Amino acid sequence: MSTATATRAKAPVSNRIGLGLEPYRGLKTTLCAGCGHNSISERIVECFFEMGIDPTQVIKLSGIGCSSKSPAYFLSMSHGFNSVHGRMPAVATGAMLANKQLLALGVSGDGDTASIGLGQFVHMMRRNVPIVYIIEDNGCYGLTKGQFSATANLGSTAKSGIANDLPPIDTCGLAVQLGATFVARSFSGDKKQLQSILKAALAHRGTAVLDVVSPCVTFNDHVGSTKSYKYVRENKVPLQSIGFVPHFEEIHLQEDFAPGTVHEVEMHDGSMLRLEKLEEDYDPTSRLTALDRIELATEQGQILTGVLYVSTDQPSFTEILNLDDVPLAQLGQDRLRPPKSALDTVMEELA
Amino acid sequence: MQAVNASPSREPVTVPEIEVVNDFSIHVATVNGSGSQSSNLVLLRALFEMGIPVSGKNLFPSNIAGLPTWYTIRASKFGFTGRKKEVDFLVAMNPQTAHEDVQSLEPGRAVVYDEPLGLDALRNDLSFYPVPFDPITAAVCPQPKLRKLVRNMVYDGVLAALLDIEMEEIRKGIEKQFATKPKAAELNWNAARAGFDWASENLAKRDPYRLERMDGNKGKIIVEGNAAAALGAVFGGVSVITWYPITPSSSLAEAAQGYLNRFRIDESTGKATFAVVQAEDELASIGMAIGAGWAGARAMTTTAGPGVSLMSEFVGLAHFAEIPVVLIDVQRMGPSTGLPTRTSQGDFLSAATLSHGDTFHPMLIPATPEECFEFGAKAFDVAERLQTPVFVMLDLDLGMNYWTADKFDYPDWDIDRGKVLSEEDIERLQGDWGRYRDVDGDGIAYRTTPGNRHPQAAYFARGTGHDEDANYSEREGDWIRNMDRIQKKMAGARKWLPEPVIEDGPKARVALVAAGTSHEAVREARSQLRLEYGFETAYCRVRGWPFSHATEKFIAEHDHVYVVDQNRDGQLRTLLRRQFPAIHDHLRSVCYYGGMPLDARTITDAIVEREEL
Ligand SMILES: Cc1ncc(C[n+]2csc(CCOP(=O)(O)OP(=O)(O)O)c2C)c(N)n1
Ligand code: SF4
Ligand SMILES: [Mg+2]
Repeated sequence: MSTATATRAKAPVSNRIGLGLEPYRGLKTTLCAGCGHNSISERIVECFFEMGIDPTQVIKLSGIGCSSKSPAYFLSMSHGFNSVHGRMPAVATGAMLANKQLLALGVSGDGDTASIGLGQFVHMMRRNVPIVYIIEDNGCYGLTKGQFSATANLGSTAKSGIANDLPPIDTCGLAVQLGATFVARSFSGDKKQLQSILKAALAHRGTAVLDVVSPCVTFNDHVGSTKSYKYVRENKVPLQSIGFVPHFEEIHLQEDFAPGTVHEVEMHDGSMLRLEKLEEDYDPTSRLTALDRIELATEQGQILTGVLYVSTDQPSFTEILNLDDVPLAQLGQDRLRPPKSALDTVMEELA
Repeated sequence: MQAVNASPSREPVTVPEIEVVNDFSIHVATVNGSGSQSSNLVLLRALFEMGIPVSGKNLFPSNIAGLPTWYTIRASKFGFTGRKKEVDFLVAMNPQTAHEDVQSLEPGRAVVYDEPLGLDALRNDLSFYPVPFDPITAAVCPQPKLRKLVRNMVYDGVLAALLDIEMEEIRKGIEKQFATKPKAAELNWNAARAGFDWASENLAKRDPYRLERMDGNKGKIIVEGNAAAALGAVFGGVSVITWYPITPSSSLAEAAQGYLNRFRIDESTGKATFAVVQAEDELASIGMAIGAGWAGARAMTTTAGPGVSLMSEFVGLAHFAEIPVVLIDVQRMGPSTGLPTRTSQGDFLSAATLSHGDTFHPMLIPATPEECFEFGAKAFDVAERLQTPVFVMLDLDLGMNYWTADKFDYPDWDIDRGKVLSEEDIERLQGDWGRYRDVDGDGIAYRTTPGNRHPQAAYFARGTGHDEDANYSEREGDWIRNMDRIQKKMAGARKWLPEPVIEDGPKARVALVAAGTSHEAVREARSQLRLEYGFETAYCRVRGWPFSHATEKFIAEHDHVYVVDQNRDGQLRTLLRRQFPAIHDHLRSVCYYGGMPLDARTITDAIVEREEL
């Protein structure tokens, strides 16, 4: 964790683009007090502010659920789109096609992503759509009053005491397999780790999937739930300690850390993601290692947190489509309508 | 119109007394996947080049290879190119269907067939022309493997000999068809030539049908509606197309991709001013199009009925959040998978109010390739003007079949992006704007698009209840006000939609109303009613929904108004009744729902019966 960044957070007068914290805030939350989702919203506000991201160039999108309501509670200066259940990835994809210069932040729930929206989630990753996609994962459907979601662990109990008898879908494992180029897991209650991960994800270009375990205090925070505050605190295993230095900070990494214990990743905008290894041989650029460690942790009933996988050399979807430098949404008639000679040619061919 | 005297007693054929020139149908029965499409297109093109008004319709199964398929070519010196119900000249190449095909012919018709099928034993009131296709093919195509591919070209030559089609046009047609494959062109030309030579030497003409050069196609093109609509979208300035493959709409997206690759890649940078995405399903394709429309692109998706069903929830969202998007629905026969390769107008009702709650989506309904082009372009203006999903309703007959058309006019209007506020606009308003405020009194509010740098430009698009400033609201008053404003906006939609085309006369007491591809059949039915029964009709062809006042006036002025529908339940009529309840008792229904392109006789017969002519 860069101390420079941490200091900034304590003195939020204005950031490097001259904005105070206010434009990064949103409306007052209507979620339950203590809901993990609220903590994630707070981290979003801090990170966007601290990184000095222009909020007018951000789009915030969501599906349907308590989690998906949260875009109203941050970034009031950004265009927002609360879409339909499970299908925000398509909306975000389309918006990024229309204007590839935007920064897309998607907020979803575990129901929204792993059940109704699984198909869209998978294909968004396969395309490497440039988006930071946060799954606020509480193992249940909060908004429809606590039914199990597909990320609930086998044997985990609902508030009523009923045990879940199906195995979970691991969204991070899926993300690593299916082409997401930045995959991380964190916990809504781990302010420091979540901040670093979120900042690194914001510097990434491509699909960044953040599965953030985010307890539902109303329906899934009891004994027997594996997504409760207590369970996560006791079973959370950090993979590495994470430092993130934004591109506008001076970067002196080599001096601070002994080689061999630190893995550095240069992000697309020149920022540095610095992963100090706890696991001796953990290589965040290897799909195989990532999948292996995710599986191992699951077997042991642990929640592995940290940056699980990063690849910075895959083209994003807008790059693959070779889109014009001017956002498609801003093209004028002279670029959108081919000349008369083009139509004449086709008419000749069809005559 | 019946040029041949039908004789129900099935008398043996004698030498025809009357010639039937440039006014008959050729029906080719083959097996799907046998390469007959090339031969049929060459034939069609030859007739077109001879100046004869012509259409070609592919009546194909939902299958890649092996099932029966028919291609029907209609030549009409009167310019009636709808499907002709009666087959005049049959080419029977498919053993599976040959017997049934022959049995269903009216007496006096002609049959070219593959000799081993021995069809002449079936009836004695037809002109039969047995042709030994295999030996003729073998003689010009030494490689047995290729014979299957060129065998069908032999019948082009045979027909040329029997019907006086100019071989020079067949040759040109083959060259065009195989423009990039000169070897294949040569092989096919040899086959056609062999068929022609064999038929000239061995067949004695015994039927009345003949073709001759005329001047009916000056300045015309020959095109499928899907390609026309795709071109329209391209010249209308589409920037994002999302789609999921489905018959009969796939060829529209594919044609658009082809034209965009040619005309919308920046020459200096090599970069694309468009994105075409084949999505994972229709849930995604409509979602992407809506996301793109929200963010300021000219976005569209193309699909057919099953896809429209899947898109339902998203279309409701776009209606309610007021996001422009164009949906091209190339209709096929449902419900369910139904007859996936057969035409219908079965989606009028579902498209018009797709999704739950009070929804309403304007439709543009083209009837010709020219209109496919024009509406394919204009739909974006309508969608952006009204900030709402707009449907363009084609059908399989229009989309996938070949039609003659006038050359398309280059758009003489400017692209309309509707009410969009720029940074300067917001500055001028001192930030005092609201996404859903009815500033102009037309129900259409102003929007901003993401990326607008003004600090007060952003708003929150949502499918949940909202007030004028796009804030979440469950308040009764906010909800009702918003719903009423959207209704007002939609009531004004007709202003942006194409007006109906009305043909009326003082003598016409009875009228027809139709839309889309029913047009060709209606035109011809009106001519049949006039010539055969001395019965004048008026005609109103609607081209947009909601319907215009002119349509209402037209219906009110006629006692009996037959609404022609290519679906079972009279969906067009239902929409008319819904919009014009006061005059609904004028409306009667002619419904055809067999999956074939609608023919004139079906309409004529229905009106003759109901009007007791
Ligand atoms: C098509 C559709 N089906 C069902 C619903 C009802 N629904 C609303 S939210 C939700 C589940 C949300 O769960 P999750 O995404 O985990 O969000 P959470 O509330 O737990 O944060 C469901 C099933 C809906 N809105 N739309
Ligand atoms: S129900 Fe659960 S998920 Fe929803 S707001 Fe309350 S605590 Fe959060
Ligand atoms: Mg949940």
